[in-house]
Amino acid sequence: MSLAQLREHARGRLERLGNGVTSQVWRLGFASRFLFYMVVHSGTALRRFRLTMAEIYFAGVLSLIIILVSGLFVGMVLALQGYETLQRFGASESLGVLVALSLVRELGPVVAGLLFASRAGSAITAEIGLMKATEQISAMEMMAVDPIARVVAPRFWGGVISMPILAALFSAMGIFGGYLVGVQLIGVDAGAFWSQMQAAVDLRNDIMNGVLKSVVFGIAVTWIAVFEGYDAIPTAEGVSRATTRTVVTSSLAILALDFVLTALMFTGGKSP
Amino acid sequence: MQQSPIVEIKNVAFGYDRARPVLRDVTLAIAPGSVIGIMGQSGCGKTTLLRIIAAQFLPTKGSAQVLGEATSQLDREGLYRMRRKMGMLFQFGALFTDMSVYDNVAFPLREHTALPEDLIHDLVMLKLQAVGLRGARELMPAELSGGMARRVALARSIALDPQLILYDEPFTGLDPISFGVIVRLIRELNDSLGATSIIVTHDVQEALGVVDYVYFMAAGKIIAQGKPDEIRQSREPFVRQFVNGARDGPVPFHYPAPDYAAEFELAGA
Amino acid sequence: MNRSTIDLWVGIFVVLGVAALLFLALKVGNLATFSGGETYNVQARFVNIGGLKIRAPIKSAGVVVGRVADIRFDNESYEALVSMNLDQHYQFPRDTTAKILTSGILGEQYVGLEAGGDGVMLKNGDRVRLTQSAVVLENLISQFLFNKAAEGKDEKK
Repeated sequence: MSLAQLREHARGRLERLGNGVTSQVWRLGFASRFLFYMVVHSGTALRRFRLTMAEIYFAGVLSLIIILVSGLFVGMVLALQGYETLQRFGASESLGVLVALSLVRELGPVVAGLLFASRAGSAITAEIGLMKATEQISAMEMMAVDPIARVVAPRFWGGVISMPILAALFSAMGIFGGYLVGVQLIGVDAGAFWSQMQAAVDLRNDIMNGVLKSVVFGIAVTWIAVFEGYDAIPTAEGVSRATTRTVVTSSLAILALDFVLTALMFTGGKSP
Repeated sequence: MQQSPIVEIKNVAFGYDRARPVLRDVTLAIAPGSVIGIMGQSGCGKTTLLRIIAAQFLPTKGSAQVLGEATSQLDREGLYRMRRKMGMLFQFGALFTDMSVYDNVAFPLREHTALPEDLIHDLVMLKLQAVGLRGARELMPAELSGGMARRVALARSIALDPQLILYDEPFTGLDPISFGVIVRLIRELNDSLGATSIIVTHDVQEALGVVDYVYFMAAGKIIAQGKPDEIRQSREPFVRQFVNGARDGPVPFHYPAPDYAAEFELAGA
Repeated sequence: MNRSTIDLWVGIFVVLGVAALLFLALKVGNLATFSGGETYNVQARFVNIGGLKIRAPIKSAGVVVGRVADIRFDNESYEALVSMNLDQHYQFPRDTTAKILTSGILGEQYVGLEAGGDGVMLKNGDRVRLTQSAVVLENLISQFLFNKAAEGKDEKK
């Protein structure tokens, strides 16, 4: 390639990069307006609670199995790995503390959030995207029914309500799994397990913060899921791309938000 | 035709993006009570015109008056008010896949009226009976054939007894029997409801048999119009090619391409 | 999926969620020992507070009786000023000793109160006069080394 061609090539790449960035920013603005509109028009979703309940069923109840089983396994692995390291310092009685704090503060909200994004988030995106592709959304508009109020808002609130419940269940199952492995399998003292845990896990600082995190994650994931579905290109390829984008963007959002929230909440107990 | 037109399109131009206008200069007026056909090749803009009438899009130039109101003047409330007097049949039915046939037809009634369930039940039965699918009320859309799905969608679009019914390619992909059924239903429903119907299609022969008036579109403009008999006897080259399904005419068979011989690099080409 | 089945499952789901939260709050966290009760404030001065942090527990006879509210540096006496909130239910005599102790060998530090024998009790705003600072590891080590060196010299003599 000649120098001129190389320059053109580079300029083209830079332009595309610039366009890409600006279009993402534009999209974020669009998504924010979408969120605002949806929240303002949530009257139907909340008045006709039947609709939202159906969505809680599809997003929450149908995710129960994967959340409970994953929680159990994560708790069990935490206990195994934790014991390995703790017993080297003679601190194996703190196993309960390790398992409980890890789950309640971090793993519960984050892993449950990631699982929720891949299971329920992608399902929501695919559903809305397919409704768009088969013109069901247009049909609803033509029948003078606002599709955002009728289809999108119930799914949003269903996800937001389900997420903290799933995170709490994940943590609870994980602690139970940790108990199974730690106390029953390995032989850590049951009394020490629970009592040290109770002494170390604070209701406000740890549990409430964990719940707060899961609420924030729920809002983020469901918002991304409904937006990507609604904005999907109404073809088979468009819907599949939108579903992928939901899972990827949600996961990144969860991890980024987790960092921000952890930095805000758990600043290690203020040192004087 | 002394009544004011139910749909009046004046010099409408529209494009989905600036660069490519889909409609260039369209003017038509539709009298109430008639069945109108809008025909043309794929991509000529007829579906877009239908969407402009349905106020899904606003014209970039010119005005569209539907049911006595200018679509560009309507706010959301007004738009929804107007749409409650219209029914639209989408190309493949667009039934709500998570609801049964009964719930699909009941949907507009449940959303827009406060009628009690037993009254809604009676109305749904009436509409389903009109399209001959009362026995299919419990089926899910996935269990219906294409023709049946379209009939259910038709029942749904007339649930609120609309004054204007829009059909977007209602005959696509139907077997001859379903075809005949839909064609007859369009006419019967129009007359019994006292409504006006606009059909967008490219099924010339069958459509000519049911409509009162036809508009032909090409390249975003109306190039011919008239009663079915006039159209059948038209001398206009495009209309003739369309009606006869001729291979070549004003619409060429070959997409523009460089010289054929040059393709094979023949000497002396 | 008819409506009543959905209702049932959503109900079960919400109940499970609430149960999980209760489990976490009661069995896992310290809700049972969560004192939402009244406290009174007491001050104490320490030469060195070590790793004591705000919200660290204040224990007497091993039982949590309060929390550290605030820690400040007194620029005149060059000592640490620790403000403590003690549970209203527990009264301590004026000659109580406050020590900074460590839970376990490497655990976090807390304030231990050893009751004295005075008849008059501490009131809100009082100061605990007898205090013992935290054990600083470096001082301990240097003291140990110093002792060891002294022993060695003795032996050589």
